[in-house]
Amino acid sequence: MIEFHNVSKRYPGSGDALSRVSFKLAGGEMAFLTGHSGAGKSTLLKLIAVLIRPTNGQVLINNENIGHISRRRIPYVRRNVGIIFQDHKLLFDRTVFDNVALPLVIAGVSHREIGRRVRASLDKVGLLNKEKSLPITLSGGQQQRVGIARAVVNKPPILLADEPTGNLDPELSREIMELFAQFQQVGVSVLIASHDLDLISQMGHKVLTLDEGRMVAGGMHNAPQGEPR
Amino acid sequence: MISPSVYIARHMQVMLATLGDMIRSPMSNLMTIAVMGIALALPTGLHVILKNVQQVTAQWDGAAQISLFMKPSVTDKQADQLANILQKRQDVKSVTRITRSEALEEFRKNSGFGEALEALEDNPFPAVIVVFPTEQSDNLLTVQTMLASFKQRPEVELAQLDMQWLKRLYAIMDFGRRGIWVLAAMLSLSVLLVVGNTIRLAIQNRRDEIEIIKLIGGTDAFIRRPFLYTGFWYGLSGGILSWLLVTLSIWLLSGPVSQLATLYDSNYSLSSLDLLGSIILLGLSIFLGLAGSWIAVSRHLDAIEPE
Repeated sequence: MIEFHNVSKRYPGSGDALSRVSFKLAGGEMAFLTGHSGAGKSTLLKLIAVLIRPTNGQVLINNENIGHISRRRIPYVRRNVGIIFQDHKLLFDRTVFDNVALPLVIAGVSHREIGRRVRASLDKVGLLNKEKSLPITLSGGQQQRVGIARAVVNKPPILLADEPTGNLDPELSREIMELFAQFQQVGVSVLIASHDLDLISQMGHKVLTLDEGRMVAGGMHNAPQGEPR
Repeated sequence: MISPSVYIARHMQVMLATLGDMIRSPMSNLMTIAVMGIALALPTGLHVILKNVQQVTAQWDGAAQISLFMKPSVTDKQADQLANILQKRQDVKSVTRITRSEALEEFRKNSGFGEALEALEDNPFPAVIVVFPTEQSDNLLTVQTMLASFKQRPEVELAQLDMQWLKRLYAIMDFGRRGIWVLAAMLSLSVLLVVGNTIRLAIQNRRDEIEIIKLIGGTDAFIRRPFLYTGFWYGLSGGILSWLLVTLSIWLLSGPVSQLATLYDSNYSLSSLDLLGSIILLGLSIFLGLAGSWIAVSRHLDAIEPE
């Protein structure tokens, strides 16, 4: 589902944020991405969401090299990647329902279908009774769930989460992680950046560890340069 | 990927949603619409007035005439002889005579000073010959040489060309027309900038929303759409407002104008913007609204990229 081959990312005026990273995440596989802050976790997630482009190497999603796709193609790649943000990135002037419906509206899903799928998604995260609420009236954990409902409403094959439990207490964090595990069980590839090592070890999934831009655990051996497979 | 019916439904929904948004914050939107309406009403109104003036003056077109006022000593009979001589000239189409008594009668009837005339012993009016040049000689140069030769005549006290003021009027109207175009171009540009700026502010206000939509896979077209429809609504309502302003102004002017026309023995009435003109006004206004928002959107939307 996700494959990195010798991927490097260098920001102008600084060193390598990622350096020759190679790993593979199969369909229906769940993995944690760990490392100190500044180790390159966010950079790696941004590459998958095509928020940035690799300096070197290949990023494959569904066997498509997204490192060099045209600007016009980017939205369609992003529709296959549900992203959950640490700061939720909800629209505070719209109801929970409208927030969750947004990806479906973008994709041009019919009105009736939207209602059905948004409710299914809200039911999944346990917020069906909050559909008419404004996000501001919800707790941090509930807002995070709204963010998750929005990320999965379009049934993307890939879920990315950037420190999804960063602001939550341990019990809520665990609940959120269990939720991700449920999506993995129905065939979604899930990649979660987190530094909550205790929780990660309890969950018992594949762990990718980054250190100063290098993948020191969980990755693949680098193929010879210029030869992706 | 998206079926046509869903696509059209989406467009209708965005169209109505943007209208709803505008109605929900009426004050700021009304300001923008008012600026557009007034800016467009100004050249349109001037255009309508100029068209009316053109309609009036069209009846006088090619109506060069030379009035020859006889010396007081010239009798009607002598004037008749002169008229016959002039009639035979190649460059003269026709000649009209106004005898001294006719002139007196006309003045008595129309001026309201009839009683003052009773006090005079003599008829103070000279005989007048009005000369109409043929069409071939109805140009400024020929008519002016004719005028010069008439002036040489011993019977003639004063020869007056009644065309020059018309030429001048046409020149002024030409100038006015050009001026209206320049004004219209400048005000259209300002409408474009007003819409562009309003949309730019709207984009900035919804920066977070645009960022999130980009993050979850919204295409540029999807993001652009509500702003373009907002521009469309601005254009439409600005156009309607300017139409109303012009129509109202013409209506206010029509009373005094028909009064004035009555004084000139005419039943002329002021005509307002016709159907074609109205359609052009609305079309131009909508175009300006769309173009302004398009410029703003294409300039500012690319700059918003999610981090």
